Formats: sequence, structure tokens, C-alpha cells
Amino acid sequence: MSGIAGHGAAVHIENCGKTFPDGTQALAPASLDIVSGETLVLLGPSGCGKTTMLRIIAGLETPDAGGRVLFDRTDMTAVPIEQRHVGMVFQSYALFPNMTVAENIGYGLKIRGVDKAARAARVAEMVALTNIGGLENRRIDQLSGGQRQRVALARAVAVRPRVLLLDEPLTALDASLRDRLRSELNSLLRSLGITAIYVTHDQAEAMELGDRIVVMRKGAIAQIGTPREIYFAPQNRFVAEFVGAANIVEGPVSGGRLTLPGGWLALNDAADNAAAVAMIRPETIGIVAEADAFLRGMVESVAFIGDRQRLVVTGAANKPLTVDAPNTINVRAGERVGLSVTPQAVRVLPKED
Amino acid sequence: MVPRRGQGHHHFMSHRNFIWICLLPLVVVTAAFFLLPMAQLLAVGAGGSRGVSAYLAIITEPRYRATLINTVVLAAATTIATLVIATIAGLFLQRHRFPGRAVLIAMLTFPLAFPGVVVGFLIILLAGRQGLIGAITAAVTGEKVVFAYSIFGLFLGYLYFSIPRVILTVMAAVQKLDIGLEEAARSLGASPWAVQRDVVLPALGPAFVASGAIAFATAMGAFGTAFTLATNIDVLPMLIYTEFTLAANFAISAALSIGLGVIAWAILALARSMSGGAVAAAG
Repeated sequence: MSGIAGHGAAVHIENCGKTFPDGTQALAPASLDIVSGETLVLLGPSGCGKTTMLRIIAGLETPDAGGRVLFDRTDMTAVPIEQRHVGMVFQSYALFPNMTVAENIGYGLKIRGVDKAARAARVAEMVALTNIGGLENRRIDQLSGGQRQRVALARAVAVRPRVLLLDEPLTALDASLRDRLRSELNSLLRSLGITAIYVTHDQAEAMELGDRIVVMRKGAIAQIGTPREIYFAPQNRFVAEFVGAANIVEGPVSGGRLTLPGGWLALNDAADNAAAVAMIRPETIGIVAEADAFLRGMVESVAFIGDRQRLVVTGAANKPLTVDAPNTINVRAGERVGLSVTPQAVRVLPKED
Repeated sequence: MVPRRGQGHHHFMSHRNFIWICLLPLVVVTAAFFLLPMAQLLAVGAGGSRGVSAYLAIITEPRYRATLINTVVLAAATTIATLVIATIAGLFLQRHRFPGRAVLIAMLTFPLAFPGVVVGFLIILLAGRQGLIGAITAAVTGEKVVFAYSIFGLFLGYLYFSIPRVILTVMAAVQKLDIGLEEAARSLGASPWAVQRDVVLPALGPAFVASGAIAFATAMGAFGTAFTLATNIDVLPMLIYTEFTLAANFAISAALSIGLGVIAWAILALARSMSGGAVAAAG
């Protein structure tokens, strides 16, 4: 492990739920294992319990009775946050306005009694790591949003935390800056080899940063998996629709075929089912001549986006299908087309409420 | 182009005239009720037998100087005690929800409506010759404790009407405080004490200066309470009153009034600049 990083702890969460005093359940009892050095993303819409989960790991919330938080097999449930040795990055950055940039970054070291020389060396190291050279003596209100985000990250990493906890750290930034900082953050987390838990509602952020993603919904875990698993093999309709664009089609399955208004789709070993629900990603649908296809429809609209064109095809399924076609093919609205979809691209989802 | 520009110019002029007309009442009122009496006060102060040196009497005359020191020390003590009490109470009240909280806040801020005379009266009821504390101590120890008419009674009275003003300012400042700041400090290893010292108190600094300034200025100039209690205490407002009404010493009372204003203003300015430095150096 590089000298810059701290020791990345393995985190084990066991039956951690959270019920607030007014009786609302923010988080149903859930268990999670985070491998040492892994970046785990908690992804979901607001109110899904992801921040509550993060705060339980941080020690800012106590789980309901029966819940336990372990760092490297040591029970931390009763240990207050100031002794958990975690690093936190907040959406509001929460930088101390009465301190300079360097004092902010060095604060955790000062509190831990690190002597002045060692502190200065570590601060310089963090300044270089996060590309904020020249800002050391600035006050916080003299920094831009992106600079604040870097300072907040430097401050959290400076203490060599056992776990780095990030709560929507990029949400307050504008889109172009967010994209740039996202890839910087990604390479930083990889090079540090630190255990990181990252909360976001942005699926693109989750895909890029996460070794694994935990998709959450209404206080419960909807699916845990690598970005590829989450994207290609969603276990339910919520995950399919929340992560990426998804066409949801419904129809009867018999003999390995899903029958739709505009024809049928071949499936990989699907059991017969009178009312099946399946997901198809827009980029997995090919546009072919009508005569060559088992599923047909009419192009309702064509939007040229540059790297691809997004078609809306009606009549094939019970709802219009979104198709991401190559930017080279020539289709016009009103044209009838055939759709080719491989069996691997059709993901049958369990029936739900 | 030319006529249009002329037109624009015309609009500009009438707009400016309109603003001047709107400001006129303010100018008249300021002149009539603030600037003219102030100028007159300055003139009266310098017009006595001492001449302009009357303005120095507040420093040079031992009796006046002692009163000035009394007043400043009392106002400073009131301000510091108020800030300490109101900060602890304000932090607690803003951060905790409990039954009766609203009633407690209402009671704490109730004295806002009281004139100084009523506050003085309350202190007499509490610690005067017929007061509660006197009755209790007489029953328990056989000795009657009376402090309403001492400097401590006055201090208590000032405290009573300073706390509501400061507590409201502190509570508003605490409410605006980003709870994330405290959480960030704790995550970095700061104990609850260190969080207060390094994060909360520095963040509340501007509120302390603002509300402390009001508490100090009010205590410097408070008259009603002093008048009700003052049997053996000399504070500046009382001195001005006696010089003016009893001794008919217009020049000295005018000079003392100006002195009171200038000194209160100077101390506040000093506190403000020092706190600015303190905030910057707190890291």
C-alpha cells in the first residue's frame, strides 16, 4: 500500500436498521460486507436510507437494537465517531470558516497531537495530492466550489482514516466540473487503496466510482452487485429503471418466446408465464429490415445526438420502445422497421407490486 | 438619436428629483430630532464656566472618573456574564426539544417588554429589605441578606434585561450553524469540548460581538433600574441626572452625556476590531 494511504479496514454491517423516535423507519435491518480497499457506492433516490446507512457506519447515528458495525472484526457499534478513525466528506463540505485551507487540512492531525513539523509535511502532501497548491493560506470563503471539494477531501484523507465516507460530495457542483472531479476522485480512490463508502443519487457517478453498488429503495437494499451486474442483470424493475435507460415490456411467455403486439422475442430458458415482465436496454436493440425481423414497429421519432441517434419505436411492444441506434444508419420518422434483439439482451424480471 | 438622448436625460433628472423628494422627510426628521439637539448638546457642554475643558472633566475630576470606571466595569461585567449565560442557554434551547421548551423561551424573553423601573422593582422584591431572599435568610440563619441597593443588585438587574436580547441573537446564530461543521470536527477526532472551542464558539463570534455590543451599550446607558435601586451607587446616567436636575449644572451634564456616548462607542469599536483579529487568529 502506498505511503499516502491509511489502513483500509474491512467493514461489516450486521442487521443495522434505523427507526426514528416518531416511529418512521428510515432503514430496514440490513447487512453488508465491505472488503478492505473497496469503493462501495450506496445509490438510490432521496429518502431511500442511503445517508442513514452512511451515518450509522460513521457513528453519527446508532442502529436500532440488534444492529452491529464492525471494522476489521472489532465491534465499533458503541464507539463514538471521534474514536472511529473515519474520514468524512459532506455535501456542504463543512469546511471550518475560521481556519485557512492548510489549517482545515491539518485540523485532524492537530487534534490527534501530531507535532507541527509532521503536520506541515502531511498537509503539503495532501495539497499536492488534491492539486490545490497555492491555496494553503486562503480563507474558505475565497475558494470556488471545486476547490472547497478538494480541501474537504484533503482534510478527510489527511488523518489516514480506516474508512473514507463520502456523502454526495459532488452534488453541489455544476455539471462539467462534476464530471471532471468525478474522474479525478476515481483515480485518487484507486491510488489510495482506501476503503471508501460513497453515497449518491447519480447513477453515472455510481457506475464510474463503485467497485460494487448497493441500490437502495424505501429503506431497503434492492440489489448489490458490480456496476456491470447492476446494469445488465437487474434483479427487479426498480433497479432496471433507476440505473440507466430501460425498456420494460410485458407479455405472455411460452416455449421460450415472449409474445408482444409487434411480434415476439426469443428468451434464454424462461419458464412459461402468462404475464411476464422483461427489460431491454436501448443500445441492445438493432434496427434491421422489416422482413428480416420477428419483432416490428414504426419509427415515431428520431433524435440525432451525435455519437448515436435515439429512436422511439411504436407498435412493437405495449409501450413505445426507446432504441439507441448507430449514428450511421438512415431511418426516418414514419418508417416501418424490424427490431433485432439477442436472447441475452432480454432480462426477465420478477413480477412485483 | 439626439431627441431620444434628451428624453432619457429628462427621465434621469426627474427620477433623481423624485428620490430627493422622498428623502426629504428623513432629512428633516434627522436634522430636527438628532443633529440639532446634538449640536446644541455640544455647544452647551462647552458653554459652561469650564469652557471646552468640561469635556475632559469626565477623566480629570476624580468623582466623575470613579463613576465612569464604575459604569464601564459594571457594563463589561454584565456583558460578559450575559454572554456566558445566554450562550449556554441558547445552545441548549436551540439543540434540544423537550416539553415546556416554548414556555421557557417565552419566560426568558419576557423581560424584553419591561422598562428599567419594573426590573428595579423586581430586584427589590427579590433582594430588598422586604425581599424574598431577606426573608429566607432571616428565617434560616437569623441574618437578613439584602443586596438590592448594592452594585450587585444593579448587576443582577442589568443581567435580567440583557439576557433576553442576547439569548435571541445567539439562538438565531446557532440555528444557522451548519451541523455538518460539528460532525466534520468530530469525525476528525475532536472531543465535544474541542468541537465547542474550535468550531462552535468561533462560528458564533459575530453574534457575540453584535449582541454583546447591544448588551454593553444598554448597560452603559441604563437609567430606570439604576434610578429605582440607586441609594448608594453612582453610575454615569445617574450622575448626569443629578448634575442636571439637582445641581442644574447644564454644561457638565451635557459634557458627561457626550463623554458617555463617545466612550461607549469607542469601547464597542475596540471590541469589534479585537474580535475580528481573534476570529482570524482562532485557528
